[in-house]
Amino acid sequence: MQTKIARREPLFHISKNDAMPFGKALAIRICAILAALLVVGILSMILIKENPLLIYMSMFEGAFIDVWTLFQNTALLLIFGLAVIPAFQMKFWNLGANGQVLAGCLAAIACMKFLPEKYPEISNTVLILIMAIASILASCIWSVVPAIFKAYFNTNETLFTLMMNYIALALVDYCVFTWDKTGSGNLGIVNLLNGRKGWIPDISNKYILSIIVAVVLTAFMFIYMKYTKHGFEVSLVGESVNTAKYVGIDVKKVIIRTLLLGGLICGILGFLYAGSVSHTINKEVGGLGFTAILVAWLANFDSLVMLLTSFFVVFLDAGSKYVSTQFQLNSNDYANIVVGIIFFFVIGCEFFIRFKIQFNNKKTSNNERVGE
Amino acid sequence: MFTSILVNAIRMGTIFLFGCIGEIFTEKAGHLNLGIPGIMCIGATGGAFAISIFGTNVNSALLVFLSILFSMLFSGAAGMLYSFLTVSLQANQNVTGLTLTTFGVGFMKFFSKRIYDQKLFVSLSPAFQNLFGLKDSTNPLVQIFLSHGILVYIAIIIAIISSLFLNKSRSGLYLRSIGESPATADAVGINVSLYKYVYITLGSAIAGLGGLYYIMDRSSGTQIAEAAIDSFGWMAVALVIASMWKPLLAAVGSIIFGGLSILDAMLKTMSLSEQKIFAIFPYLLTVIVLVLSSVVKSKNTQPPAHLGLPYFREDR
Repeated sequence: MQTKIARREPLFHISKNDAMPFGKALAIRICAILAALLVVGILSMILIKENPLLIYMSMFEGAFIDVWTLFQNTALLLIFGLAVIPAFQMKFWNLGANGQVLAGCLAAIACMKFLPEKYPEISNTVLILIMAIASILASCIWSVVPAIFKAYFNTNETLFTLMMNYIALALVDYCVFTWDKTGSGNLGIVNLLNGRKGWIPDISNKYILSIIVAVVLTAFMFIYMKYTKHGFEVSLVGESVNTAKYVGIDVKKVIIRTLLLGGLICGILGFLYAGSVSHTINKEVGGLGFTAILVAWLANFDSLVMLLTSFFVVFLDAGSKYVSTQFQLNSNDYANIVVGIIFFFVIGCEFFIRFKIQFNNKKTSNNERVGE
Repeated sequence: MFTSILVNAIRMGTIFLFGCIGEIFTEKAGHLNLGIPGIMCIGATGGAFAISIFGTNVNSALLVFLSILFSMLFSGAAGMLYSFLTVSLQANQNVTGLTLTTFGVGFMKFFSKRIYDQKLFVSLSPAFQNLFGLKDSTNPLVQIFLSHGILVYIAIIIAIISSLFLNKSRSGLYLRSIGESPATADAVGINVSLYKYVYITLGSAIAGLGGLYYIMDRSSGTQIAEAAIDSFGWMAVALVIASMWKPLLAAVGSIIFGGLSILDAMLKTMSLSEQKIFAIFPYLLTVIVLVLSSVVKSKNTQPPAHLGLPYFREDR
C-alpha cells in the first residue's frame, strides 16, 4: 500500500551544473541574444513604428560605415577589458579602470602640455617616452592603493576602486579648469598648433596603433593567464584564498602584483589616449571602463573570447547610434537602452548554463519513495 | 550667507539621502546594487510620466501623490528586475548593477525627451516645493527647518523610520543577519530570498524618489533630459559608505555631501578651478572612512560581511 506523503515537494529543484558542454552553452547564449533582439525589435517597432527587420538592417549597415573607428573602439574597449581581467579572475572586483585610465591620461597630458613649454628643445621621442612612464606610474598608483589596503586590511575593494574613479574624475575637472585659461572646461586638442609635440607618429593612419597594441596585449594576457606561474597563482587565489595560502602562495603579494599589472595596462591605454587617440582629456576618456567590465564578464574573463564580446558591444553601440540618427531618435540614449536589454538577457541566461533545473514530477517522486 | 548655504545643502543632500537609504536597505540584504544611479533615473522618468499624464487634470495634492506613486512603481520595478537577476538567477551583482545603470540613463534620456514639456513641468513644480508656505520667511530657523518641499521631509522621515526598523525591529534584525551570513539566516528559518526581494525592491523604490525630487523640487522642473541624475546616484552610493550603513548618519552626511557639492556655486569669489576642487572632497571623505573603518576593524562600522557575494543554499 502506498503511504501518503504529508510533505509537499517543491515544484522544481535547482542544482549546480559544472560541466555544461560548450556547444549547449553557446546555444543557450545565442538563444538569449535572439530573444533579446526580438524584444528590442518589438520595442523599436512601437517607438519608431518601422519594420524591425528594416531597423536591424540599418543597424548592420550603420555599424560598418566607419570601419576604422569601429575597429579602433573595439581595440580600446578590449584593452580596458584586458586591464580588469586578471583582477576579476582573482575575484578582486576592480571597478576602477575608468579612474586608472583617467589618471594615466592626465599625467601624460600634463607632460605633453608643460614639458615642451619648459624645455623647448626636448625631442619628441624623449617626450613620448616620458609621457608613457608618467601615465603608467599614475595608473599604477591608482590601482595599487586599493590593492595594498585590500591585502593588508581587507578594505572592500569594490567600493574603494569605485570611489577612486570619481576622485580621478574630479581631479581631471580641476586640472582642466586650471590649465585652460578660457574657462570653457574644455582643454582642446593639446599641441595641435605647437608642432604636434608628444603626438605619437601615425602608422599609415591614426587608428592602427591602438589596434596593434590591443592585439599584442591580448596575446600577452592570454599567455600570462594560461601558461605562466603568475597566471596560475591568480586563478588559484580566485578559486580559494585558503587553498592558495596552504600551497604557500603569498596572497598579499599576488593581489598587489596583479593590480600593478592592471595599472600597467591602464597606463598604456591612458598614454594611447593622450598620444594617439584623442590628444586631450575629458570625461569620455574613462567612459568605457564600466562597459569593459560587462564585456570581460561576458567573455568569462578569457582574453581571446573578449575579442568577440568587445566587438559585439561596439557593434551594437555603433549600430544603434546609427539607427537613432536615421530614424530621428536621440543618439546615445537609444543605444544605451538596446545594450541594456541585450545584457539583461545574456546575464539572465547564464543561470541556465551554470545551474540545472529538475522538475519534480509527482509520480516519479512517489515511486522513489515506494522504492525506499 | 550661512543660512542659505545650509538650506541649499539640505535641499541638495536630499537627492543623495533618498539614494543612500535605498542602497542601505539593498546592502543590508547583502547585495551591492550599482544600479542605483540608473534606478534614480528610472524613478525620475516614472514621476515625469505621472506629471505629463495627470498634470493638467488633477489638483496639486493628488498630483504629488500620483507622481510619488509612479516614481516608486517604476523604480521598484527596476529593483524587482535586479532582484530577479541577482537573487533568483544568481547573476553577478556588479555586472547586473552596471547594466541597470546603463539602461536607466538611456531610459530616462530617451523617454524624457518625448514627454517633457518644460512649461508644464515648471508650472507644476511649486506643488512639490514649499510644503508649509514659509519659503520666503526671513527667520533663519524657519528657513532651515520649515521652508522645504514635501519630499525633503519624507526623506528625513524615511531615514528615521529605517534606522528604527533596522536596529529595533525583528524584521530589521533578520534583514541584517541575511547581509552578514545568509546561510545562518536560512538555517534559522528566515526566508532569505523573500527578504532579499522585498528589501531590494523597497530600497530601489525609495532611491527612485531621489530622481523625482531632483526634477520637480531641486531643479524646479527645468531639467530632466540633461539632468546628471546618474552622477548624483554615484554620490549616493558613496554616502552609504561614508555613513557606515547607518540611516541617521546618512541624513547628517547627506547635508555635508550636499554642502560640498553646492559650495562651488555659492562661493562666487573663488576662481572656477578652485571651485572644482570641492568635488573631490565627498569621495575623498568616503575613501578615508572606508579605509579607517577597515583598519580599525570596529564591529559596527564594517560593510555587511556577505556584501556582493551570491548565496546559493547548496554551496558549501
